[in-house]
Amino acid sequence: MLFAIDPVPAINLLAARDQMAFTLGFHIILACLGVALPTFLLIANWRAIRSDDADALRLARRWTRIIAVTFAVGAVSGTILSFEMGLLWPGLMGRFGAAYGIPFAIEGIFFFLEAIFIAIYIYGWDRLSPWAHLLSGVPIVIAGFGGTFSVVSANAWLNQPAGFTLDAAGNVTAVNVVGVIFNNATWYEAAHMFLAAYMVSGFLLASVYALGRLRGRLDRYTRLGFVIPFAVAAIATPLQIGVGDIAARAVFTDQPIKFAAMELVQKTGPDTPVVIGGVLVDGKVVGGLVIPSLDSLLAGFNTNTVVQGLDAVPIDQQPPVNVVHLAWDTMLTMGFSLLALAAWFGLAWLRRRDLPTSRWFYRFATVAGVAAVVALEAGWVVTEVGRQPWVVYGLLRTSDAVSRAPGIVISFVVLLGIYIVLGAATFIVLRSMSRQGAAEARAADTPYGPSQ
Amino acid sequence: MTSADVVALVLWLGVSTYAVFGGADFGAGLWDLLAGPTDQGEQPRGLIDASIGPVWEANHTWLIFDVVILWSAFPLAFSSLMSTLYIPLTLAAFGIILRGAGFAFRKYTSKLAGRRAFGATFALSSVITPFFLGSALGGIASGRVPAGNAAGDPWTSWLNPTSVLVGSLAVAAGAYLAAVFLVAAARRRDEPSLEAYFRRRALAMGIVAGGLAVGGLGVIGADAPDLAAGLAGRALPLVGLSVVLGSASLVLLARGATRGIRAVAAGAVTAIVWGWGLAQYPSILPGSLSITAAAAPAGTLDALLVISIAAALTIGPSLALLFVLDGRSRLEAGH
Ligand code: HDD
Ligand code: HEM
Ligand code: HEM
Repeated sequence: MLFAIDPVPAINLLAARDQMAFTLGFHIILACLGVALPTFLLIANWRAIRSDDADALRLARRWTRIIAVTFAVGAVSGTILSFEMGLLWPGLMGRFGAAYGIPFAIEGIFFFLEAIFIAIYIYGWDRLSPWAHLLSGVPIVIAGFGGTFSVVSANAWLNQPAGFTLDAAGNVTAVNVVGVIFNNATWYEAAHMFLAAYMVSGFLLASVYALGRLRGRLDRYTRLGFVIPFAVAAIATPLQIGVGDIAARAVFTDQPIKFAAMELVQKTGPDTPVVIGGVLVDGKVVGGLVIPSLDSLLAGFNTNTVVQGLDAVPIDQQPPVNVVHLAWDTMLTMGFSLLALAAWFGLAWLRRRDLPTSRWFYRFATVAGVAAVVALEAGWVVTEVGRQPWVVYGLLRTSDAVSRAPGIVISFVVLLGIYIVLGAATFIVLRSMSRQGAAEARAADTPYGPSQ
Repeated sequence: MTSADVVALVLWLGVSTYAVFGGADFGAGLWDLLAGPTDQGEQPRGLIDASIGPVWEANHTWLIFDVVILWSAFPLAFSSLMSTLYIPLTLAAFGIILRGAGFAFRKYTSKLAGRRAFGATFALSSVITPFFLGSALGGIASGRVPAGNAAGDPWTSWLNPTSVLVGSLAVAAGAYLAAVFLVAAARRRDEPSLEAYFRRRALAMGIVAGGLAVGGLGVIGADAPDLAAGLAGRALPLVGLSVVLGSASLVLLARGATRGIRAVAAGAVTAIVWGWGLAQYPSILPGSLSITAAAAPAGTLDALLVISIAAALTIGPSLALLFVLDGRSRLEAGH
């Protein structure tokens, strides 16, 4: 056992966890954009060619520039993550890399394809024939799908490790790749993440045009820019809640302690209540709305369903309960609020075949993107913090995985500085692009054809 | 040959491809840095921008490919080297993020001050990143990375003669390749003055890189005798090949040749990377870990072979398409 010597300094563990969480939380937003924006782009591009639609064409060009920036930042922030697997968690990679690493190797193929075809698409405007150009965008969408599936399968493996054999000393001696990739948590996590990507990107992109509308831009360009992403995100929302429900039941059976933390269940038993809001202080629930027996009913369709409580495991195997619980409530709140907004949109469309006219709708739509991002981050906090103290559920503690190298704190602080500047610069560049866009929207645009 | 050896070959293929294409993209950043004040540097910077713009992200992905193969196939080697060499590798990671973001932001920024700041970020980080990556490799090659969680010295593992040599060589070789590629790009665009500009720089940097490589053998002899023995022994043909190809590319450059320089120059760099691999075979971390001892179970290795074949079948043609379109100027920095 090469990795079992004296304990690591606690500060290393703290810094490494914070650094990991921060860089993942940053990357995931760009990853969502990388997965879903190309779909919106292709829809606009397709309309532009099919119906010779100059507004759709201008949108497609605009969105291409956005993707060029977000993809570059996504690619480099993803690279940092892959370095961090070794820089921060050598104990995880050394022991389980043979299994946990495989989905990432598959993901590598999808990244490659994505990077190649994004380049062809971005630089192919005006150079390739319109249909060939549109076609070059299709692999980007497929690669985004495959990439999400593989990387999330790696995360699902941390929650439901499978597909390997351990010897007495805990070393991996045999690996079954199919078992690794298609572990118990893969399906629902991948579906949930994929839909999240469409919700986050759709609501974010639409919010730009919702704001435009509030500022008095009622032209067709703004309208189209709103409808394409918003409609896709609105369709994804109820599906997302359905998948989330399946996920919750899977967590209930497979990761009962995570579920107990999500729902603030302290004692194992039937008739467990749902607690909305509220925190656990010294073993007592403080604040929050308590609905008796509902938790048992939701988990097993019967109030007699026994729900495991935190008391089922010693305290050193429990996650930070309040963080998980509040993150869980946050995700649900955002999810159902977005569902209401999507329903508003859907009803207006069914009744009048038109967009809602109320300014309130557009006010809410302006913040819907941020709400989706909040749900996304909260969901990941539920998954990752809820898994603690394990990095590989039930098999490897996070504290045994962390690097023994001194100075992780320093790298975390420097990284924080770099990311703050990077985030701000990304925002400024994107905003200046959308300003230019608004200005150009008033000028006429050249239709298809070589730009020279 | 075991399946671990085959996966190691795939890994080396990935490393040498990254050294050539990723290295050249970093090298282009060095020329950007040295292109002078805004007006004077506008033309070379424009060429650099247009020629690495469409390909740098794809070229960068070779690094990801190498990392994921390494951590799945040789988990213990990955965790040991990342944790011992965490200082240069953290710095390289910072360099990578600043380089990519700086480049992308410069392209989409219209204000001059902003373009300058992003451009400088891009150019500076293009120089430091290959240095740190190279110095980490130097630490491995000279046997300073033992197996274990941060088991090696965090400083001397990469601050030592071999590391400094390999780091500098990485910068110089990348800059050399970049200049050679830019000569071709300038010719394609019918820009004779730019072609001459980069030809001069390619010649100068080729001499620097060659000098470093040849002189470096002495440094390695004194600092890392085992590596030196390997280079002078089993790997000698590859070292020789590199010298021949390197000299040939200089001759071609000096004569103003138009064809084949890129392949010859890339061959010189590839031969060095393979020479290093052969010199330390069958070790993955010389002095402490062999390829066999580090290898993952058979199930993983087989899966990685299948993945590599799938990668070759999908990525190969796609990359070819990208380079062909790029070469025919079907990809342009329009909006
Ligand atoms: C737009 C984002 C979004 C929205 C609206 C929702 N979620 Fe979610 N949720 C995520 C985005 C997300 C995620 C992408 O952040 C997570 C983290 C890991 C994962 O698989 O998806 C997640 C995790 C996650 C988990 C934990 C899975 C695990 O730990 O294995 C559960 C149980 C749910 N979600 C359930 C729901 C329910 C019942 C929702 C209904 C309102 C909901 N989510 C809305
Ligand atoms: C699919 C991709 C992901 C993988 C493979 C992954 C893997 C990991 C690993 C290895 C750790 C460190 C060990 C641990 O603390 O358990 C970690 C921690 C963490 N991750 Fe993830 N993660 C993924 C996605 C995300 C995303 C998108 C977020 C968004 C915020 C996130 C949030 C966190 C947090 C908050 C922690 C710290 C948990 C704690 O220590 O309390 N993860 N993750
Ligand atoms: C659920 C979590 C994640 C999703 C959905 C995701 C998705 C993506 C996507 C779509 C890209 C392409 C770049 C872009 O579109 O902007 C990307 C880039 C990248 N991601 Fe992630 N990612 C996730 C988490 C991670 C984690 C945990 C790692 C590493 C351990 C990682 C490593 C990378 C790398 C190395 C790249 C760069 C690839 C390139 O050069 O093209 N990602 N990610």
